[in-house]
Amino acid sequence: MKINRELCDVCGTCVSVCPVDAIIVSEFKVDIDNMKCINCLNCLKVCPIKAITEDK
Amino acid sequence: MNIKNRYDVVVIGAGPAGSVAARFAAENGASVLMLERDREPGIPVRCAEGVSHNGIAPFIDIDQRWIASKIDVAKLHSPNGETAIMRNNGTGYVLERRIFDTALCELAAEKGALLVTKADALDLVWENDKIIGVKYKYLGEIRTVKCDIVIGADGVESRVGRWAGIDTSLRLEDIDTCVQYTLAGIDVEKDTCEFYFGKEVSPGGYVWIFPKSDHTANVGIGIAGHLAHEKGPKEFLDEFMQKRFPNATVTYTVYGGVPTAAALKELVKDNVMIVGDAAHQVNPITGGGIVQAMIAARSAGKVAAEAVKQKRFDAKFLKKYTKEWDKTLGDTQKVIFKMKEKFMKLTDERFNGIVDFCQKVPADKFSLKALFTEAVKGDPKLMMDVAKAFVVSKIKLK
Repeated sequence: MKINRELCDVCGTCVSVCPVDAIIVSEFKVDIDNMKCINCLNCLKVCPIKAITEDK
Repeated sequence: MNIKNRYDVVVIGAGPAGSVAARFAAENGASVLMLERDREPGIPVRCAEGVSHNGIAPFIDIDQRWIASKIDVAKLHSPNGETAIMRNNGTGYVLERRIFDTALCELAAEKGALLVTKADALDLVWENDKIIGVKYKYLGEIRTVKCDIVIGADGVESRVGRWAGIDTSLRLEDIDTCVQYTLAGIDVEKDTCEFYFGKEVSPGGYVWIFPKSDHTANVGIGIAGHLAHEKGPKEFLDEFMQKRFPNATVTYTVYGGVPTAAALKELVKDNVMIVGDAAHQVNPITGGGIVQAMIAARSAGKVAAEAVKQKRFDAKFLKKYTKEWDKTLGDTQKVIFKMKEKFMKLTDERFNGIVDFCQKVPADKFSLKALFTEAVKGDPKLMMDVAKAFVVSKIKLK
C-alpha cells in the first residue's frame, strides 16, 4: 500500500480497520509496514480522502 | 514540569476519555501521568462537536467558553425531501472541542494528574510477560515511564489495545468514514441541528448540520466503510454542499473514522484498560461518543485507583470496570448496534415512511425514542429491546 502524503490528514481511520496492525500513526504521519500488510485493502476502502493506493 | 520515572497509572491520550479517567484515578489517590501525542488537547478537532446537556453536566460545569451554540430542535430530512421536527430530546450543545478538551484536562490537573503534550506513546514495556510501563517519544527523545496500569484512551486509531493483545480492528461495516467542513458565510438556525438520510446523500450513514452560530456550522458526512469504496465521503459531501451551501466558505476541513460497532468485548487485560473510541464506546447509530467515553472513563479511573490501593492489577480485578460499563451503557449499546444493523438495510422508501410518520407526531412530543420505535416496527423483539434500552438509559443518565 502506498500513502499520498499530500492528501493524508493523519486521521487514523485506516489503522482501525487494519486486521494485522500494519499501520502506525504518529503526530505528523501514517506509515504502512508492507512486510506485515496482507493486501486486504480495508485501509484503502475506508480512507475518507482516498489517500491510499495499491503499490503495484 | 517534572516528569517522574514512575506513576501508578499512565493514561495514553488526553481526549475526554483520557482526561476523565485521569481525573477520577487521581482524585481517588493514584499518581497519574497523561501522555498526549499532539501539542494540545482537543486538536486537531475530529468531531461534529454535538453533545447533550444531560450527558456532560455530571462531568463538568457548563461554561460558555466552550459552548458555540445551544440546540433545542432536530430537523430530519427524508430522501424524498420531506422534513420532520423533533423538540423533545432535551437541550444539546455544539461545543468548541479545543477549549472543552483542555478544560477537562485542567480538571484532571487540579486533582493532581500530570499532562504531557507532544508525548507520543510508542509501545508498552514488558518484563517477564508482564506490562511494567510505557515507551514514548518526547521532544525527540525516547523515554520509558514505569507504571502498574496503562489506560488506553488513544482514540479510533488505538494501538494500546493491540499492544496488549486485544483485537481492536473493526469490520468495514462497523466504521463510518467521515468528512466534515466548518462553514462560514451561510444562514442556518442556531438552535437547530439537521440530519439528511438516504442512499443518494449518504449510504449507510447521514449528513449532519451542527450550527455553531447563525452563520457558521459543522457540516459533515459519515458513510459506512463497506459502502465507501467507489465513491468516498468527500464526493458525497461536496455534492451535498453544491445543493445546500454552494457559496459557503470552508474554514476548516477534517477527516476521520467513527466506530459504529458494539463496544469491545475485552476492555481489560492484566495491567491494561481501554476506554472511549479506542474501546468502540460510541453510539453505533448516532456516532456520538463523548458522553459514552466520559461515563466509561469515570469507572475506569475509579477502578484503577482502587486497584492501586489493593495492589491488584490483574484482568480479573480490572474487570470491575467492564462489568460497570456493561451495566451503565454497554448492554444498551448492544441493542443500539442491533438497531444499526437493521437501519443499514432500510430502503429509502422506508426512510420516507419513517419521516412521514414522524411528521404526524407533534414536535414537542417527538423524541429519538419515537423515531427508533417507528424504525424497528415489524420486528417485535427488537422493539422490546429498544423500549428497554431507552428506559434503562434514561435512568442511567440521570
